[in-house]
Amino acid sequence: MILRLKQYWGERGCIIQEPFDMEVGAGTMCPETFLRVLGPKPYRTAYVQPSRRPADGRYGDNPNRLYKHMQLQVILKPTPADVIEQYMGSLEAIGIDLRKHDIKLEEDNWESPTLGAWGVGWQVMLDGLEITQFTYFQQCGGLDLDLIPAEITYGLERLTAFLQGVDSVYDIEWTPGVTYRDVRYTDELQYSVYNFEAAHVPTLWKLFEIHEGEARRLIDLYAESKPLEMARFPLLAAYDHVLKCSNLFNTLDARGAISVTERVGVIGRVRKLAVSVAEAWVTQRLMVGLTA
Amino acid sequence: MNLLLEIGCEEIPDWMLYGALEYLGAAIGDLTKTLRTGEAKIRTDATARRLVVRAEGLIARQPDSEERVWGPARSAPAPAIAGFAKKQGIDVEKLEILSDGKAEKYSYIRKTPGRATTEILAEALPQLILKTPFPKTMLWPGKGGARFIRPIRWVVALLDNQIIPFEIADVKSGNESSGHRKLGANRFPVTYENFEAQLRANFVILSAEERKRRIEAVPTKYKPDDDLLNVLVNLTEWPTPITGNFDPSYLDLPGEVLTTVMKVHQKYFSVAGSNGKLAPQFVAVTNTDGDPDGLIVHGNERVLRARFNDARFFWDADQKRKLSDRVADLANVTFQAKLGSYLEKTERVVVLVKELGGNAHAERAALLAKTDLTTELVKEFTELQGIIGGLYATAQGEPEEVATAIYDHYKPVSMEGDIPGTLTGQLVAIADKLDTLRGCFSVGMIPTGSKDPFALRRAAQGIVKIIVEGKLRLPIRRLLGSDAALEEFFLDRVRYYFREIRGFKYDEVNAVLAAGSDDLVGVDERLTAVQQVRPTADFEPLAAAFKRISNILRQAAFSSDSVALELTLLDAGPEADLHKQIVDVSAGLRDLPTYTSKLERIATLRPAVDLFFDKVMVNVDNPAVRQNRLTLLHGVLTEFSTIADFSEIVTTSQENK
Repeated sequence: MILRLKQYWGERGCIIQEPFDMEVGAGTMCPETFLRVLGPKPYRTAYVQPSRRPADGRYGDNPNRLYKHMQLQVILKPTPADVIEQYMGSLEAIGIDLRKHDIKLEEDNWESPTLGAWGVGWQVMLDGLEITQFTYFQQCGGLDLDLIPAEITYGLERLTAFLQGVDSVYDIEWTPGVTYRDVRYTDELQYSVYNFEAAHVPTLWKLFEIHEGEARRLIDLYAESKPLEMARFPLLAAYDHVLKCSNLFNTLDARGAISVTERVGVIGRVRKLAVSVAEAWVTQRLMVGLTA
Repeated sequence: MNLLLEIGCEEIPDWMLYGALEYLGAAIGDLTKTLRTGEAKIRTDATARRLVVRAEGLIARQPDSEERVWGPARSAPAPAIAGFAKKQGIDVEKLEILSDGKAEKYSYIRKTPGRATTEILAEALPQLILKTPFPKTMLWPGKGGARFIRPIRWVVALLDNQIIPFEIADVKSGNESSGHRKLGANRFPVTYENFEAQLRANFVILSAEERKRRIEAVPTKYKPDDDLLNVLVNLTEWPTPITGNFDPSYLDLPGEVLTTVMKVHQKYFSVAGSNGKLAPQFVAVTNTDGDPDGLIVHGNERVLRARFNDARFFWDADQKRKLSDRVADLANVTFQAKLGSYLEKTERVVVLVKELGGNAHAERAALLAKTDLTTELVKEFTELQGIIGGLYATAQGEPEEVATAIYDHYKPVSMEGDIPGTLTGQLVAIADKLDTLRGCFSVGMIPTGSKDPFALRRAAQGIVKIIVEGKLRLPIRRLLGSDAALEEFFLDRVRYYFREIRGFKYDEVNAVLAAGSDDLVGVDERLTAVQQVRPTADFEPLAAAFKRISNILRQAAFSSDSVALELTLLDAGPEADLHKQIVDVSAGLRDLPTYTSKLERIATLRPAVDLFFDKVMVNVDNPAVRQNRLTLLHGVLTEFSTIADFSEIVTTSQENK
C-alpha cells in the first residue's frame, strides 16, 4: 500500500523521501514540511513518517490507539486546483472502489501551538472512519505563507485495517503469517511503561534544557553572523534541537510532570524556538538565492 | 431576466451555510435594488459544495437617468458660458436659460444612459462574493490571492443564459456546473431553466428540504434530532440513510455515553428500543446512492464497535479510582488562570451551597461535582461532564440524592432546557454558577458586547431560571456578594429572562422590578398578576393616574419625611373621599390571598382618583394645603406600589402619542 501511494504521488511530481530520522509527533514537524512550506519556492514531496505521541500509548491494549503510528505525508505547494480529485485518485490506487463506499469531507481545522502553525481543512471520513487529515496551511512558525500548500496525511494503520477488514490494528497482516502485533506490540508496551511510569523526570527536564540551550545558542549565533557565514549556517541542526525539545515536552506531559499552569509556559518556550528558526530560515533562503 | 449564480467550492463546513446564504441573498437583493434593475425575486440554496442564488425579474439595462445641470448666470461673460458648454460636452446653442428660483442661469438636462445589467453584475459580483462573511477564512493560492471559506473551483454566472464574465482567483465564470464527486460528471453546461434538473441528473439535490425528506424516509424509527439532521442535510448532496446494528452487550454502557458516541463522534442517529432504552441499532446518512454490497454498513458498524470499545476501556479504567479519591487531583486542573484550580473552586462552592441552605448531601455533591474532569471518559467526551460524574457516583455507591445532583449540576444547558430535578441539584447548580460569576467579576472578566468567553450570561440566566422555576426563596442580592457591577449584570439577565423567555411585556417587567427584585419567585407571581389584571377596564387608567402622581411629586420636589397627613386640612368631597377610599382599600389589602385579588382591589381606587384630579387643584396658593395634598398623593403611591410601580406601565394613550 505504501509503495502504491508513493508511486501515485511520485507520478504527480512529488519527491519521494524516506522518513526523517528523529522523534517527531507528526509528519508536519519534519523539516521537509515545516521548513519547505516557508518561502516562495514550489515544492512537492511525499514520505512516510513514524509519529510518536507519548500520551496516546495504551500498553498495546487499545485496538486503535498507538504511541507510535505511521503517517504518509504529502505536501503539494502550491496546491493544484484538482487536489481533491487527485487525493480521491490515490484512494482508488490503493484499491478502494469509491463507487461502493461513502466518503465525506468534514470540517477539521488544525493548529500546532508549539510550531506557531495553523491551517484549515477537513478530516476525510470513509464509511465513518477518519482516514486522512487534509490541511491548507496558512501560517508556519508564525509566518504567513507565500504559497498555500495542501498537506495530506494518511493514517496508515487505520487505512490498512480498513482495507484488510480487521477491527484492531494489531490484527493487520504485515506480510503473510506476520501480524502488526508480532512486529509492534512489544514497542507499544515498553514505551507506554517508559512514558507513563519509568521515565526519570529530572533527567528529562535536564535534557530539555540542554537542547533548548543549544537551539537558542545557535539561533543567537546566526543573528550575529556575517552574511557569508549566514548562508552556510547550520539552522537545520538548530531545528533538530527544537524537535528534541518538542518530543521531551510530550514525554514529560504524558508522564504527568507538567502542571496545567506550567504547560502554557513550556509550549511558549518551544514555540519561541520554532518561530526563531522559521524566521531565520526564510532570511537564509533569501541570502542563498542572492549569493548563488 | 433571470440571474443564476453558483459558487462552486470545496466542502464548506455544514454550520456556515446559513450565514453565507443569508448574506448572499441580501447582498444580491441590495445590488439589484440600488442599481434600479427592478424588484428581484430571490431564492438561495446550498449544499456543502455550492452556494446558489437565483433572482427573477431583472431588467436588461439600468434605466437612463436625467439630471439638470446648472451653469453660469445669464449675465456671465461669453467665455464662461462657452467653457461650461465645453466641459459638459455640448454646444452652447443647446443650453437653456432658466431660473433656478433665484436667478436666470444657463442649464441643460444631462442624460446618462443606463448600463447593461450584465456589465454591472460582472463588475460587482467578484467583490460581493468574496465579502461573504465566514467565521474563519483561508487564503489561496498564495499571497495576493483570494480569501474565502475554502477554495472556489468553479462559478456559474448567467443572466438569461448569457455568461456574466468575471474572474475570482484564476477561476473564470462560465455556464458549467459540477456534479456529485463520485456519481456525477465533473463539468456540464447548465441553463437557468434546467439547472436543478441537470444537478439532479448528476446526483445533486439542490433543495435542503428535499434532502431532509430523503433522510427522514428511512424506515428505522430513529430518535429525532434536528441539530444532527441539519448537519447531515448540509454535509450531503445525495443523502441516503442506512441502518446498522451493534452488539447488544454494549447496552450495558450508559445510554448517555452510547448516544454521545453515535451523535457527536459518528453523526449517527440512535434508535429507541422498548421500555425507553436504546435499541442496538443506528442510522447513518451516506452521501451516495446506495450500499448494494453492504460495505458501507459493515464499515460503519466496525468503526462504531471500535468507538464503543474505547468508551468501555475508559469506563473500566476510571472505576479504578473513586470520585472521592479524585478531589485532591483537582488541584492540577485549572479553572481559570486568575481564579486558581478546580480544587479551590470546589472549596468555595461547598461553602456557598451551605449558605444557600443545602444539606449534607448537597455538600457532598458539591465536593464531588467536578471530580469527573479527571476521568478518561470525560477527557474523551467533554460534553458529558457532570453526567459522567453522576453515573460514576451511582456506580460507586454514593447516595442517590448526591449522584442526581452531580448529574444535573450543569443544567439548564439552554434556556429551553430543564432545570435540575431535585432541590439538592438546584442548590449545587446555583452555587457552581454563582461562584463562577462572582469569581469572574472579582477579577474584572466582565462580558462586553458579544464577547462572553465564560458564558456568564448563560450562567446568570441559568440561576434565574432555577430560582424561578424551582420556586426557591433566595435573597439574590446578598448572594451576589454586594458587587454593584454584578448586580446590574444580573438584573439585566432577570429582565431578559422574564421578557424573552417568559414573554412578559417590557413595561410590566420594569414596573414589577421597580417594586423589588430580590425575591425572584415573588417577581414571577407579581408579574403574572399584573399581566392578568392589565386588560381590566380600570387598570391602565389607574396606571396613568399613578404616573401623573409621580410626575406631580417630582415637579414639586416632594420630600416624604417632612410632614404627616393633616386630616383637618382635607376638603370635604373628592379629596376626603379619596382619603377614605385609600384607607378602605388598604385596610383589607393585606389579608387578600393573591396578588391578583390585591391588584383588583387596588384598581377599585380609580373612580376616586379620577374624581380627585377632575375636581381638586393640587398646586394651590396655600402652602399648607398644597403640602397636605402632595402628602395624600404620596400616600397613594407608597401604599399601593409594593406589587408593581404602576407609573412604569406604558398605557395605550401614551403609545398612541
